Amino acid sequence: MTPHPVLALVGYYEAWWVQILKSILIFAVGLQLVPLVLLAERKLLGRFQARYGPNRVGPYGALQPLADIVKLLTKEQFRPTTSVGVLFALAPVISILTAVAAFSIIPFGNVQHIFGERVGLYGVDVSIGPLYLFAFGAIAFYGIMLGGWSSGSKYSFLGAMRGAAQLISYEVSQGLALVGVIMTAQTLSLTGIVEAQKGMWYFIPQLAGFLIFLTASFAETNRAPFDLTEADAELVGGYNTEYGGGRFASYYFAEYLNVLVVSGIVTTVFLGGWLLPFGIHPPGWVDPFVVLFKMTLITFLFIWVRATLPRLRYDQLMSFGWKVLLPLATLNTLVTAVLVVVTH
Amino acid sequence: MAAPASESPAPGARPAVAVTRWDPGEDVVEVTRTPPPGAARETWRTFRETVRGLKTTLGRMVEAPTTVQYPEEKTPVYPRFRGRHKLHRFEDSGLEKCVGCSLCAAACPADCIRVVAAENTPENRVSAGERYAAVYEINLSRCIFCGYCEVACPFDAITMGHDYELSDYDRADLIFTKEMLLAEPLERTPLRNEGE
Repeated sequence: MTPHPVLALVGYYEAWWVQILKSILIFAVGLQLVPLVLLAERKLLGRFQARYGPNRVGPYGALQPLADIVKLLTKEQFRPTTSVGVLFALAPVISILTAVAAFSIIPFGNVQHIFGERVGLYGVDVSIGPLYLFAFGAIAFYGIMLGGWSSGSKYSFLGAMRGAAQLISYEVSQGLALVGVIMTAQTLSLTGIVEAQKGMWYFIPQLAGFLIFLTASFAETNRAPFDLTEADAELVGGYNTEYGGGRFASYYFAEYLNVLVVSGIVTTVFLGGWLLPFGIHPPGWVDPFVVLFKMTLITFLFIWVRATLPRLRYDQLMSFGWKVLLPLATLNTLVTAVLVVVTH
Repeated sequence: MAAPASESPAPGARPAVAVTRWDPGEDVVEVTRTPPPGAARETWRTFRETVRGLKTTLGRMVEAPTTVQYPEEKTPVYPRFRGRHKLHRFEDSGLEKCVGCSLCAAACPADCIRVVAAENTPENRVSAGERYAAVYEINLSRCIFCGYCEVACPFDAITMGHDYELSDYDRADLIFTKEMLLAEPLERTPLRNEGE
């Protein structure tokens, strides 16, 4: 029996101050990336529609996110009389908390030696990486569910209900799509999965899994074409209809942070994380930039798809999730399992 | 327990009706319990169309935006564009062309022109005719820019200019007086070139 219970296995010891510094740094970097994604989305959506996007605040509109945030944070905090006060205030907190927590497992690089300390360039390398992600992904929907339900508005309620149904439909396929990779890599640790991609990035042998995971991720992050939860046209904003000011900003922040998290996971699991092709081995400090570059590509894909595809109808969403994605994901898992058994 | 309706119907009860099986007619919905024929092909088609859509939007992205950056960059107007009115003077004598005949006010369908005429005297000669417009006001908040005043004027004293930037903070400021209409207008609106 071990004297101390071990919650998650880590490969090495890190000093406590390293862990604190790391968490502050990751939170700060995540916080800085969100406005960039926000701006990039608005500028790119503009370009996709043959217009400029925001270009009035600051050079090339670069200060637009700042202006938005200042506007939202200086607004009055209000809530509808029919709402449930505690939950109404709690829901955006859950959303933002889970998004930040999920962000902490994205590995930006392997263990480096900085000032004589061994520092892993990630928040925490849990031995249950994808499970941790799905756990927080599932809790994140409580943010949307509670927010929509406690608003006391039919639109918010409908948006939240759709959100719940969507989560159930797509999280299954998302998880199954990752199972193929986990079986091939023989590990649940995200750094381990990256290391296992030294020979070939997994998006080539696991192309089907890659596509399924990507599609399901669009649904998981409530992004177009699966943004039924928000559906401005018929639900006037869905679960966040009744939210304004800082709380709305929290939801907004969480949404874009979730996009970043999913980009990071796709990068880690399918695009080889910090690895470069053609046997290039740069020094360790380049790794985070490689990861960020790959994340940028996936985020661009997210924006590109949003600019292209119309929102799915509710029954289309359901039948696509259950009748197309789930069988494909299952088939992918099955074939991978057989191949893993045969080749090992 | 009520007795079956067929046996000894109670007085006043509904007469027994022969029960016929409901015929659904055309309202039959066929329930398919297997993937519809051609499902794989449909899925593949959807995938292809999605990729085609992505290609289309990417093509738009590399093109230059078509936005006109309005306050800095203005859409040029055609020569016959009907913007804000102008009143004119004779270039040689400097006298006003308007003789206060009120034909423009009569032609105006929006009833936004007000003309008060006065007699020219040798000491105070304002226009070339016998009379002149002592008051000439156009209420631009009512004007529909139809150009009938321009057509009605026998002396070409009033014409439509090219200025379309007419917003103001106060309705009263939109009543343009004779002095404002006579003044050399700011050329704020670019004119469209030949063939543009």
